[in-house]
Amino acid sequence: MAKATRQAFGESLAKLGETHPEIVVLDADLSKSTKSEFFAKKFPARFYEMGISEANMIGVASGLAFTGKLPFLCSFGCFITGRYDTIRLSAAYSQANIRLIGTHAGVGIGDDGHSQMGLEDITLMRALPTMGVFQPMDARETELIMDYLVKEWKGPAYLRLTRQNLPDLYPQDRPFEPCKLMQVRPQPGAAPQKSDVVLIASGATVGESVAAAEKLKSQGIQAAVWNAHSLKPFDSETTLKLAQTTRLMVTVEDHSVIGGLGSCVAETLATVSQHPRLIMLGIQDQFGESGEPADLYEKHGISAHAIEKRIAAELKAQ
Amino acid sequence: MTVSVASNLWYRASPMQSQELAKLAQEFRITIIKMLTQAKSGHPGGSLSAIDLITALFFSEMKGAEPSHMNDPHRDRFILSKGHAVPALYAILAKKGFISPDELKTLRQTGSRLQGHPDRVRLPIVEASTGSLGQGLSVAQGMAMGLQGTPARVFCMLGDGEIQEGQIWEAALSASKYQLSNLCAILDANNGQIDGPVDQVMPLEPLADKWKAFGWHVIEIDGHNWDQILKAYQEARTLQTQGSKKPVFIIARTVKGKGVSFMENNIAWHGAVPTPEQAEQAIAELSRGMNHG
Repeated sequence: MAKATRQAFGESLAKLGETHPEIVVLDADLSKSTKSEFFAKKFPARFYEMGISEANMIGVASGLAFTGKLPFLCSFGCFITGRYDTIRLSAAYSQANIRLIGTHAGVGIGDDGHSQMGLEDITLMRALPTMGVFQPMDARETELIMDYLVKEWKGPAYLRLTRQNLPDLYPQDRPFEPCKLMQVRPQPGAAPQKSDVVLIASGATVGESVAAAEKLKSQGIQAAVWNAHSLKPFDSETTLKLAQTTRLMVTVEDHSVIGGLGSCVAETLATVSQHPRLIMLGIQDQFGESGEPADLYEKHGISAHAIEKRIAAELKAQ
Repeated sequence: MTVSVASNLWYRASPMQSQELAKLAQEFRITIIKMLTQAKSGHPGGSLSAIDLITALFFSEMKGAEPSHMNDPHRDRFILSKGHAVPALYAILAKKGFISPDELKTLRQTGSRLQGHPDRVRLPIVEASTGSLGQGLSVAQGMAMGLQGTPARVFCMLGDGEIQEGQIWEAALSASKYQLSNLCAILDANNGQIDGPVDQVMPLEPLADKWKAFGWHVIEIDGHNWDQILKAYQEARTLQTQGSKKPVFIIARTVKGKGVSFMENNIAWHGAVPTPEQAEQAIAELSRGMNHG
């Protein structure tokens, strides 16, 4: 069943609250949108409504962490990461054990337009030493990452979530390998084969990439799709192995290609002398705008249809 | 777990009185001048204006401000939000035995724990990494929230120029909302910032009215008058034990560069260090001050 990753996050947080009394949650007047409201209703004494004051919320969360709490602080991705200096000093440099939750990622939010879209948040967070950066592709993966962030991760981490529903992609029986790229298509277990193209996607664009790969198959093009739930640490090892299986790699993200997933892959490929060509699909140094999410995905070349068209054209030209 | 405040006061080191504190603060001023002169960089003006207030905290007010209580969750916390005054804090930490006197010579050197601004990863006893102004009060507040219901209190020193930052006023709102009577902010109001006097760069007055309007209990003192300093800290403590719901804001009027004649009220000494000759003169003045009380 399709579900927004913010919804899965909210449900998971409320559940983890039962077994982890150290969890406290802060929100800046968006708890109904970030879905931290589920936790707030269940554990009112451990929920801090901070009002429309994100910078203060970040500092307060760090202070709470220094007394042994595990704070989750929630807002839209653009609003949280926009208070960069506070994250940089009070959280990252201080190695505060906090979880920054940024919902409403990308142009996928649609109607509300640019000012509400997290489009540079990965870039900003990835540049901070000690900061982990995670983005689930569906509800199940959100739960798995939440589990990991509560039980294992130490230090600050940023979790990027969608407003819109995403299709279920994570196989129920697949064990979670934190910070590793995961093969989504073809299903692992199928005989390893050379691919005409390897797509690496993250978050909402994984589903688009899978759909694109299905369409390409009908044209006789073999496309593998891999999911990056961790932008930092980034799985360079698997990326370099994949680079040996194809002549074309394509990254797909609902985020600026400057500093996002495309950069993660480009930075990795650049460390070896021979590597495949890389096409970075995503927001190309542009601002967002209001519109239907599907139209915006098409416009920015990250819809299944646009991805398919672009890859078919590239392979034809080779 | 709630622990009564009174029953835990035993581990507050026997509080020093005015005369003893005054002598100690002059000693710290000399340490500050020596550190900065050796490091050839740093901020004397704001360190010298703040030192009396911090000395009184560490030697007369705070519980558990001893190396033996460093990991005690119920120790009082001190956050230096105006991080550039950190030489003042290092001088005190050395006297208390948190760091060795020799380590003071490493200030601002590559690999030193004594960074130019406080760094809680390298030196956990500074409690919060600061230096980008306006952030410490939020962190202090988070600590006060996490420590509510315990005997621990949180002190936070701010600069007057610093509170021009918007984040300070966000914190002013929320500390009041969460009734953090275990939080005490101390404003080192030396009326000096890099581009000039605070009242010209960006006027703050009426300061007391502003903080009162934000729901804080405000106390105004002369930040170099020992009786007033100790009385203000006592008032903050008493309010909390009497069940006050308000965070406390102490406006301490101070003199930038206090104690060194040629530095006093001269903004040029915000971030400039003395030559060896000037340092010698400063130390001579401060030594005389010590002898004459």
